[in-house]
Amino acid sequence: MASVLTIRDLQVAVDEVPILRGVNLTIRQGEIHALMGPNGSGKSTLAYALVGHPRYEITGGSIEIDGTNINELDPCERARLGLFLAFQYPVTIPGVKVADFLRHAVTNIRNPNRKEGEGLIPMKDFRKELRSRMEELGMDTEFARRYLNEGFSGGEKKRMEILQLAMLQPKFAILDETDSGLDSDAVRVVSEGLQKLSGPQMGSLIITHHERLLEYNVPQFTHVMLAGKIVETGDAQLAHELHNHGYAQVRERHPNEAAEEELRLQKVPAAAE
Amino acid sequence: MSTETPTADTIGVGDYQYGFHYGTDDYVFRGKKGIDAQVVAQISEMKREPAWMRDYRLQSLETFFQKPMPNWGGDLSELDFQDIYYYVRASDRQEKSWDDLPEDIKKTYDRLGIPEAEKKYLAGVKAQYESEVVYGSLQEDLANKGVIFTDTDSALRDHPDLVREYFGTVIPSHDNKFAALNSAVWSGGSFIYIPKGVHIEFPLQAYFRINSENMGQFERTLIIVDEGASVHYVEGCTAPTYSTESLHSAVVEIIVKRNARCRYTTIQNWSSNVYNLVTKRAMAYGDALMEWVDGNLGSKLTMKYPAIYLMEPGARGETLSIAFAGKGQHQDAGAKMVHCAPHTSSRIISKSISKNGGRSSYRGLVKVQGDAHHCKSNVVCDALILDSESRSDTYPYIEVDQDNVAIEHEASVSKIAEEQLLYLMSRGLTEPEASAMIVTGFIEPLVKELPMEYAVEMNRLIELQMEGSVG
Repeated sequence: MASVLTIRDLQVAVDEVPILRGVNLTIRQGEIHALMGPNGSGKSTLAYALVGHPRYEITGGSIEIDGTNINELDPCERARLGLFLAFQYPVTIPGVKVADFLRHAVTNIRNPNRKEGEGLIPMKDFRKELRSRMEELGMDTEFARRYLNEGFSGGEKKRMEILQLAMLQPKFAILDETDSGLDSDAVRVVSEGLQKLSGPQMGSLIITHHERLLEYNVPQFTHVMLAGKIVETGDAQLAHELHNHGYAQVRERHPNEAAEEELRLQKVPAAAE
Repeated sequence: MSTETPTADTIGVGDYQYGFHYGTDDYVFRGKKGIDAQVVAQISEMKREPAWMRDYRLQSLETFFQKPMPNWGGDLSELDFQDIYYYVRASDRQEKSWDDLPEDIKKTYDRLGIPEAEKKYLAGVKAQYESEVVYGSLQEDLANKGVIFTDTDSALRDHPDLVREYFGTVIPSHDNKFAALNSAVWSGGSFIYIPKGVHIEFPLQAYFRINSENMGQFERTLIIVDEGASVHYVEGCTAPTYSTESLHSAVVEIIVKRNARCRYTTIQNWSSNVYNLVTKRAMAYGDALMEWVDGNLGSKLTMKYPAIYLMEPGARGETLSIAFAGKGQHQDAGAKMVHCAPHTSSRIISKSISKNGGRSSYRGLVKVQGDAHHCKSNVVCDALILDSESRSDTYPYIEVDQDNVAIEHEASVSKIAEEQLLYLMSRGLTEPEASAMIVTGFIEPLVKELPMEYAVEMNRLIELQMEGSVG
């Protein structure tokens, strides 16, 4: 049976400032959802709240996987239940080799009940698998020996996120502007990479401003977020329209949220997203 | 969802407690507590030393009494010199093979992995249990090359001229109070002589261990690397946990002659009640290279600043040091580089980690004497502080009597960022695993300089400490 990620009336605050004001969203394994919306509307907040960033406080509502509430679980426990976030700004971990990190992560995700200190997956199998995933994504296998994200270009970092996605095979992948800040070649590589990984075993939530990623990964659902709420849901056509015409019409159709957005822009810098 | 910022408690960083020890009732000899001329004379007599060493010890004792306690560095106010045993001999004779070792001692060594180490390196293991070397092996081909690798007591007996020529020439007993103490009561330690042009491919290793309550360990190491020769000496320590104070005060003297190379690697891992007050100094001559790789994980207080005197043009000195200070620990460590000749160069890289209220200090000196022109020195200190109770300080001293030099100093202090923890945890790592990985990465530039076996051990120790599952 397909797993399902259910977000009910989710309210999230950062430093006691409310950002999400009741988000409802249901994602099933195998589905592709696009999440769009102007800067500051709360898209990244939703992404961080889903994986359990400690600064993003859930003040109401729930996140459930197959009916189990995960509000109180830490990021590690959520990851073991099959959640994955491809970070908009992947973090550098100096001195930690990509292969060492991934072997540890893959072991924990595949054996969620592993106790600390127990053995990792066999080196030989892991290396073989890592090498073939890297080749599929057109990555130089030399990257496995480099320190995690240290000295990586923007495109290399994003590709590293996709590699992690490929190795960890989550049930639900959230991609936070994985296509931003990349040149068109890099966007293509990342888009193709994601396309290869998509399938009946993975539900994805693609946060994007651009259309390229969605050309390769056509969403069944497109959601528009405005001032901390999902105000509209459509299909791939909606994403196309938003890309061509921007959010002016959305604001017109939802004057209350547009007013709230206006208010926020005065009070909270866009960084709160 | 956890909204707490990580603290030492949530990260699960436990107290330092690499503790295990076995009974000490079977010791053959244990002198009385405290120090005076009679104790020192008795040590010398039991060792059947030549008169010059006996006199040297007694003279050093006078110096020790006269020298004031250091009023800088760490807190030494609880250190009571009269509450310490200065000489304990665990076994009457040197054992020839592993099987002959007393069961007690073997158990301790098994946990230290000595047989394994021996299998892998086979370049000679000197294991010091208490104050005497009771077990040691030396590969035949080393002996055939004329290499001497023995404990310092045996060296004094078997190579008296060599010992007398160099003993105390790098660190005279009046250098400081603890050097004087060691000179008076020293016992054990390694003596190494590498003849001209001989290269030792494998690291020579020794394990040191204190296993008797209130017992000071005062090993004395002397290494002479003759012209064009090279050696890597590795010393590692693990100590049991005790409830009362213990003192470790070693002296290490190294002479690296022209075109020779020496690397001395230590991982210090004393239990958290040990005062570790060590004087280490090397003299590097023309075009020689001296390297200290110094890891300080354990002890209550460590004060240790391995020094390199660059004596002739072309001499190079390098010190890499890692300090890990947990609850109740103060690591006051660093390095000294003294440029005595022109065209000499030095580099100091220091990394420290403080957690759970621990304190680490970098204390370093770069000194350039008047005629030492065209010298280069580079100092980099990075500190990682894991919680708000912990502390890190930097005391870089630079004394330059010469204009024509290039000296650089960089220092950074950082904390484990919330973003780093989130990133790793969102990939399925627990918080302790994520913290350990970040810390392991922080010291990776130094760990990769260690022999494989030590690197693995070092990483394992860090992991255990971060998981708080030691004991």
